[in-house]
Amino acid sequence: MIHLKRTNARIAIVFIGLVLTLAVIGYFYTPYDPVDGDFMEKFQEPSLQHWFGTDNFGRDVLSRIMAGAGVSVAVSLGTVIFAMIAGTSIGVLAGYMGNWTDRIISVLLESLMAFPGLLLALGIMTVIGPSKGGVVLALGLAYTPSVARIARGTVYGLRQRDFVIASQAMGHSGLWTVFRHILPNCVAPLIIFSTSLFGSALLSESALSFLGLGVPPPAPTWGGMLADSRNSMDQAIWLALFPGAMISFSLLGINMLGDAVRDILDPRMQGVAK
Amino acid sequence: MLKFIAKRIAMAVPTVLIVSILVFVMIRLIPGDPIVLMLGDSGNPDLVREMRAALGLDRSLPAQFIVWISHVLVGDLGTSVTTKEPVLNLILSHFPVTAQIVLMATFVAALIAIPAGLLAAWLQNRKTDTAIVSTTIVLVSIPSFWSGIILIWIFGVKLDWLPTYGFQSISDVGWSGMRYLILPVLAIAMSEVAVLTRMIRASAIDVLRLEYIAHARAKGLSERRVLLRHTLPNAFGPALTVIGLILGHLLSGAAVIETVFTLPGIGRLLVESIYARDYPVVQGCLLFIALMYVLVNLIVDLLYPLFDPRIKM
Repeated sequence: MIHLKRTNARIAIVFIGLVLTLAVIGYFYTPYDPVDGDFMEKFQEPSLQHWFGTDNFGRDVLSRIMAGAGVSVAVSLGTVIFAMIAGTSIGVLAGYMGNWTDRIISVLLESLMAFPGLLLALGIMTVIGPSKGGVVLALGLAYTPSVARIARGTVYGLRQRDFVIASQAMGHSGLWTVFRHILPNCVAPLIIFSTSLFGSALLSESALSFLGLGVPPPAPTWGGMLADSRNSMDQAIWLALFPGAMISFSLLGINMLGDAVRDILDPRMQGVAK
Repeated sequence: MLKFIAKRIAMAVPTVLIVSILVFVMIRLIPGDPIVLMLGDSGNPDLVREMRAALGLDRSLPAQFIVWISHVLVGDLGTSVTTKEPVLNLILSHFPVTAQIVLMATFVAALIAIPAGLLAAWLQNRKTDTAIVSTTIVLVSIPSFWSGIILIWIFGVKLDWLPTYGFQSISDVGWSGMRYLILPVLAIAMSEVAVLTRMIRASAIDVLRLEYIAHARAKGLSERRVLLRHTLPNAFGPALTVIGLILGHLLSGAAVIETVFTLPGIGRLLVESIYARDYPVVQGCLLFIALMYVLVNLIVDLLYPLFDPRIKM
């Protein structure tokens, strides 16, 4: 079984690697202009000239997918980094300080988690309006509580451990103890969580763009392309097929990696919901 | 029993209060003067002042909150800026559509996931199990707004079996209203099946390791009876928690699926109010969905002891 998991992990890394490569290439080079199309070329079926066909403005779908990969990956990475930094800081503060600080922060976190899934992000997008930075901020804030909760739990368990008490007894400042002894022990669970967080961020970014509340056009996004495809479903289904397949392909890689890592580290935790 | 219920409800009170404060503050954070947004730039200063006083916007923020929350408590969520309808009426007329899809999808998902998860756990690490687990990984990776579009294309456009958009309530047109619900329910159920199957599999594997299962087998009970009578009830508790989470997830995901299928549910109401800058409706929807989620989790927690008597009431 472990052998199978290792194979899965390899496949997952290849999938993720392909998406990242596409994103990097798409940043520097796309076969056609992803934003300005050629009206004479509209609704071309997939062909040798246009591998994934063209859309209602005659824009090359492959070029838009490549450019969109950069947007999706950048926004998702930004979201994960934001949520990790903010969430870890808050979680460590609550877990290390304990007492009232912990109680107040915990109640606040509980309440923020009462906003399911996209809802908090939708609310925040209402306030700041659609933009690339706005999506990072909205999704980052929406995911901060779950990171904070994991960090808090880990730190809380570490607080009474001998090496932490020893560090405090030796007169080290709280900050030193946190950075030298507590944070390094939080890295493993947080890294595992960041994998699944990256997947959630990518999915949510696509969903927000699909709703027209994410990264605004003309920037190409996979979610936005899917939203546009609905208008010409009966004549150009490839407009829906390829962007959706890209989202699923990326998520598949991330989910398989997350599963494999979790199983290798802890065989008992298989299949715990996100 | 009553004490347990009372305690659990009391625990939800601070959450509800903070959720309300957050929703209130969020809408106040929107840049720009809400009055100017409502009246447009042309509004004359007297009218602006009058309206500000009428809406209580000339008072301090905490005072505004007290006024708002006391209205909310008696069911007054304000009026829509665009349709002038009471927000509560709008929410109550849109929510049943969402509730129908969400409940049906969860039911369908459970119907498939319980046998699949149990089977996978029973045959752990064998080919059937690997096949089921692999299928779930693929299903989780398909966003509902993609599968929805593809389903519409196959069953609506190509085969022409089902309508591609719109909605007719079952209570108005009878069972033919189901035709509008099949595809959205299918699209959501696909990913929910995956999450639920994995959860049931994981908790059933834990249960199958326990001694009373070995004992049940040693007694000579059939595998069927071991699985259905001894494993499933004990594995169902953790799955129930996941069902609660899924319901919440679906409530917020409703915005997406209702956009795909142009269904008049609360998610669509929320998104369209965001487009229209109809902030009273946005505020009402955010509050309503969050409170529904708190309520669902409360119900799940209260049901938990029914499935697992070890949890003390």
